[in-house]
Parts: sequence; structure tokens; C-alpha cells
Amino acid sequence: MPDEVLLTVRRLRTWFELRRWGFVRVGFVRAVDGVDFELHRGEAVAVVGESGSGKSTLAKTILGLHRPRQGEIIFEGREVGGEKDLRRYRSRVGYVQQDPYGALPPFMNVQRILEEPLAINGEANPGARMQRIREVLDEVRLSPVEDFLPRFPHMLSGGQQQRLVVARAMILRPQLIVADEPVSMLDASVRIEILQLLRGLQARYNLSIIYITHDLSTVRYFCERVFVMYGGMIIEQASTDDLLRNPQHPYTQALLAAIPDPDPENASRVRVVPPGEPPSLLSPPSGCRFHPRCPAFMKGICEVQIPPDFEPAPGHRVACWLYDERGQGGPPAPSRA
Amino acid sequence: MSAGNGFFSVEDLRLHFRTARGPVQAVDGVSFTLDRGRALVVVGESGCGKSSLARAILRLLPRNVHAYSGSVRLNGMDVMRLPEEQFRREIRWTRLALVPQGAMNSLNPVIRVGDQAAEPLLIHGRAGSPAAARQSVQEVFHEVGVPRDFLDRYPFELSGGMRQRVALATALVTKPDLIVLDEPTSALDVLTQAGIMNLLKTIKRETRTNFVLITHDIAAASEIADDAAVMYAGQLVETSRAEQFYREPLHPYSRALMASVPTLRAEKTLEFIPGRPPSLINPPPGCRFADRCPYRFDKCSEEPPMLKVDNRLVKCWLYR
Repeated sequence: MPDEVLLTVRRLRTWFELRRWGFVRVGFVRAVDGVDFELHRGEAVAVVGESGSGKSTLAKTILGLHRPRQGEIIFEGREVGGEKDLRRYRSRVGYVQQDPYGALPPFMNVQRILEEPLAINGEANPGARMQRIREVLDEVRLSPVEDFLPRFPHMLSGGQQQRLVVARAMILRPQLIVADEPVSMLDASVRIEILQLLRGLQARYNLSIIYITHDLSTVRYFCERVFVMYGGMIIEQASTDDLLRNPQHPYTQALLAAIPDPDPENASRVRVVPPGEPPSLLSPPSGCRFHPRCPAFMKGICEVQIPPDFEPAPGHRVACWLYDERGQGGPPAPSRA
Repeated sequence: MSAGNGFFSVEDLRLHFRTARGPVQAVDGVSFTLDRGRALVVVGESGCGKSSLARAILRLLPRNVHAYSGSVRLNGMDVMRLPEEQFRREIRWTRLALVPQGAMNSLNPVIRVGDQAAEPLLIHGRAGSPAAARQSVQEVFHEVGVPRDFLDRYPFELSGGMRQRVALATALVTKPDLIVLDEPTSALDVLTQAGIMNLLKTIKRETRTNFVLITHDIAAASEIADDAAVMYAGQLVETSRAEQFYREPLHPYSRALMASVPTLRAEKTLEFIPGRPPSLINPPPGCRFADRCPYRFDKCSEEPPMLKVDNRLVKCWLYR
């Protein structure tokens, strides 16, 4: 079952043109710059990265909200392209936004918010629409349903608002949910509630989920695989266990080492943080985009050419010259606090 | 927490706001003591009154205050008793400073960051001349890891992490005894957050500045915590040494909160807390967590006092 490919993304580039005075092209912001992956049916993958790594742009490109400059998105064997296709495609892909209050129209009540996608996608029978709305509200546990139907978004708590956003994403029975930081604005205990809800829906409907997050600590509980993004590229992808236990890319290693667990010993620890800041996407560094900050930088290699994906272990891909078997230098010892 | 010299203490602090539907009890009888050179973290979820606590300590009050009482003692002196003008001149910013929530976004966009950081020195007459102030700012910028040539930049030219460092420098420049940090890292990336936390540890070790760090992020809080307090519905429900708190939280709410925090290095079963915190307009009599508490019994309809368990304080009848 998990072998069936639902979504294939190939050589995807989403660049934004930067103009001065409205017409002189200054350059491109290379938000997504060459992304390849396959997503299987029923699989949850996490896309992890810091702000500016291009993870949200990747999500929006997959949703068809940004047009890629290059590359292709293949969904259920068909390339997503023209306007007509896009409409059919969007009805099969749900979107869960970061800020639930911002994502819900304040002047519509729960019923209208959920009815609109059904009406737009051709469900003409009001009775059938209501039945689906009830089903979906029940599924996200906004019950008793009658109480919630007439409410407006501001009358709901943050957790309830996010459950409504999930309900809206689910209402057309999608195959894929793209969740862009779905819990980052919620309190710890509400976070778990929403993640468990998504996880439950995933298992029940064999959904695929792309979970965009900056928070690696929730990934363990939620995803089968992890993609790590840096400077618009996926620099490492592996199963969640593999990535957390045995991170290969120096950036991933630094990222994991920087994340605290609730532990009083932390107060006497100093964390190793790579110097510098994430790269500019307007004029990214040559070669590997992490090389100016990398503790394992190899002169003459890393700044010259962008590393391709190497596969040091089956299913574990990493874009780093350290793993070039023809090359020099063995892999560094993974450092973890 | 009470065994030491009690350099900074808050007793029965109350801050209620007036609203159309009645007074909101944002801070309702908060007490804690902090010894010299230590950091207290106050953890709690949104709406529990954490930020109001920060403002109550600094006496930065909005217009709709309904009630404001209690005492804030700094090295033995009750600064709540001081008239506003004297508090402004002698205490706020020079001895008690605040890095407000989202400080990195509250820098003035049209003033160079070096000049902004010098303002507290000039306003409080702590620097003989603008040149001397600039010199001090340069030193503090160096301490917090902002490069020298950033002094003449504007906030928009700096990254989030750098702006947060500038905000921190603005609080540090007058060398206050205590800094209240309200969610200092919650808008920052993981690596930037680790950098800021390293910085706070260094400052604490080298200058013995006290910190009160207010946050919803229990994991990040453990980076600096000597003492820990848990806030729920306007009240502290538990205060103890950090190592005891993180090993074994006592209050049922603290335990539930800890159980909802995902961990990277060890797998555990995550649980969420059913229900919602009570309204602070008319909080229920008795324990405010009782409605969501798995251990609830008949005694819980009365408000529990802070009960002593070893050297810790817990607001729960289970420990009577």
C-alpha cells in the first residue's frame, strides 16, 4: 500500500522576480531551487527548515498557489498544469494554514465556511451538503454540531478554529493535506490535540500529509519521513528514525543539537551554533549553500559545485560532498547533545 | 526558593483590568522570591496572565486598571510604595528592565539601532556625554554579539536574531539588577534561539544579573532556569527549583503540561489537556484547574493555599 506514488515533484524551482521602479529586473529570489521528491499514498512527511529556507513556498507551489518557474508536479500520474486541471487538483488537496484566525473569513459562520467549497465544486443538493458538513464537524470533534454551525470564527478558541480549518481542508475528501505550520501558533497542549487529530484522519482515510514545520521535536510523533530544507533545497531526506538517530548533513546535525528537550541539565550546557546566518536567496553562495557556516567545509570542493544527492544508506539521501565515495574525507562523527 | 537572601521578591501581586463585562483578574495574588544571580522562569499557556505579570512588575500599566496591589521588593525596598515619578527615575530601566514580547519588532524603524540603545543612558543621565553613551553601547553590543558596524544601521537592515540582540542590549546597557524577558525567543529560529540562550547564560554567569523569563516554551526555558514557576489562570500554582520541577512536577496542571511537550531525544506518549482554562472575568471559586483535573475531589471547591512540600510550594489540596 505505501508503495503507490501519489505525488511526484521534479526539479521544481519557484523564483520570484525582483524589480526596481516596477520594470527593471534586479534578480530573482530563489525561494525553491531544485526540489525532487516522491510522496506515497498514506504517508506523512515533514518538511523541516528555518524561516527563509523556502519550505512555505514549496507548500504553496505544491498547492498551485505559486507557479513554478521550472519543473513538474505530477499528481496521481497526471501533470498538474492548466487552469482546468488545477481546479480538479485543488479539490483533491486540502490546505491547513498556520494562523487559523487569519485563514477563516470573519464574516462567515461555520456552516457557510464549510458549505462554500461544496457548492463551488458542484454539490447542488443542500441536503447532501448539510450531511457532509455534519460528518466533517463530527470528525474533527466540533460537537454538538448544532452549537457550532451558527458560530463565527471569533467565537471559537484557537484550538477549535484550527479544527475548523482542518474540517474545511477535509470537506472535499482530499487525497493529500498540506499543513503549513498547523500548530505553531497554538499552546503546547492544544498542539498535541491537533496533531493527533490529523494523524487519526491520516490513518482512517489513507491520506498523505505534507507537514511543514520548523519544530523537529513534533516530527517524531507525526511523520514517517523527514525532508530538511536549507536555502531553497532539500539537503537531506530520510525516515524519521534514521534522521533523528543518525543525521548526516552537517546542517541537520547542527539543527538537532540546537533543539532543547525539557531538561534541567540544559542550564549548564553551551550549545554549538554554526556562525553566520541563513543564506540570501537573492544571491545564494556558490556551491553548497551551507558552506560558509559549515564546520566540515572542504576548500576547493564545497564552494565550487552544488553537491548532488548521495545515498550513504538505503533511503537516506544527503546533498553533501562528505558522502562522495570517490572523494576525500570521511563523514564526520554525528554530534548530538 | 526561600532559603537564600531573597534579593528580589513579589508578594501577593494583583493586577485586574476593567472591561465591559467585569474585571479581568489577569494577575491574582502572585508571590515568589528570587535570590541574587538566579533566573526564574514563569511558564504558562496563552491567556494565563504571564505578560500582565511582567507589566505589573515594571509598573507599566494600561489605562483600564481596576486593581493594582501587592508588593515588589528589590534588595529589601518595596518599590511599589514609591511615587510614580521616583519609580520612573530610579527604578524602571535602571534597576528593573523589560524586554517585551516581540521586542525585535518594536524597535523604532527610523532611528539607528546604536542611538536607540543609547537612549536609556541619556534619558537617565547615566552617561556624561553622547560620546560616552556610544562607547557604552559599543561595549554592550560586543557583549551580545552584534558587530561594531551595526551601530549605525536601521532595524530593517538587521535579521530577527540580530534585532533581538539589540533589544536585549537596550535593556542591558544601564546594567539593571533584574531583567524581565517576555517570550524572548518564541519568534526565532532554532539556531538563533540557541544562540540567544547561550548569550543569556553567559550574561548571567558574568554579571550576576537576575532574570525573570516568561515563556510558554518549557523546553527552551530549561536552558536558563534556576527556579521555575507555573502560572495558570492568573495565579502561580507551583514554584520550585528547576531541577526538581523538570524531574518531577507536582501540581496536576504542571504534570499535564509537561506530558504535552514533545521530546526529540526520547520517545514518550504525548497527552493533551482536555477542556479550556477558565475565564478570568469570573473565575470559579476554589481551585481554578479543578474542572480539568483528573485528581479532583470535594475539597477542590475551596481555594487551596500554597502548600509547602519539602522546599517547594504547590497550590493543590493533594499535598495537604
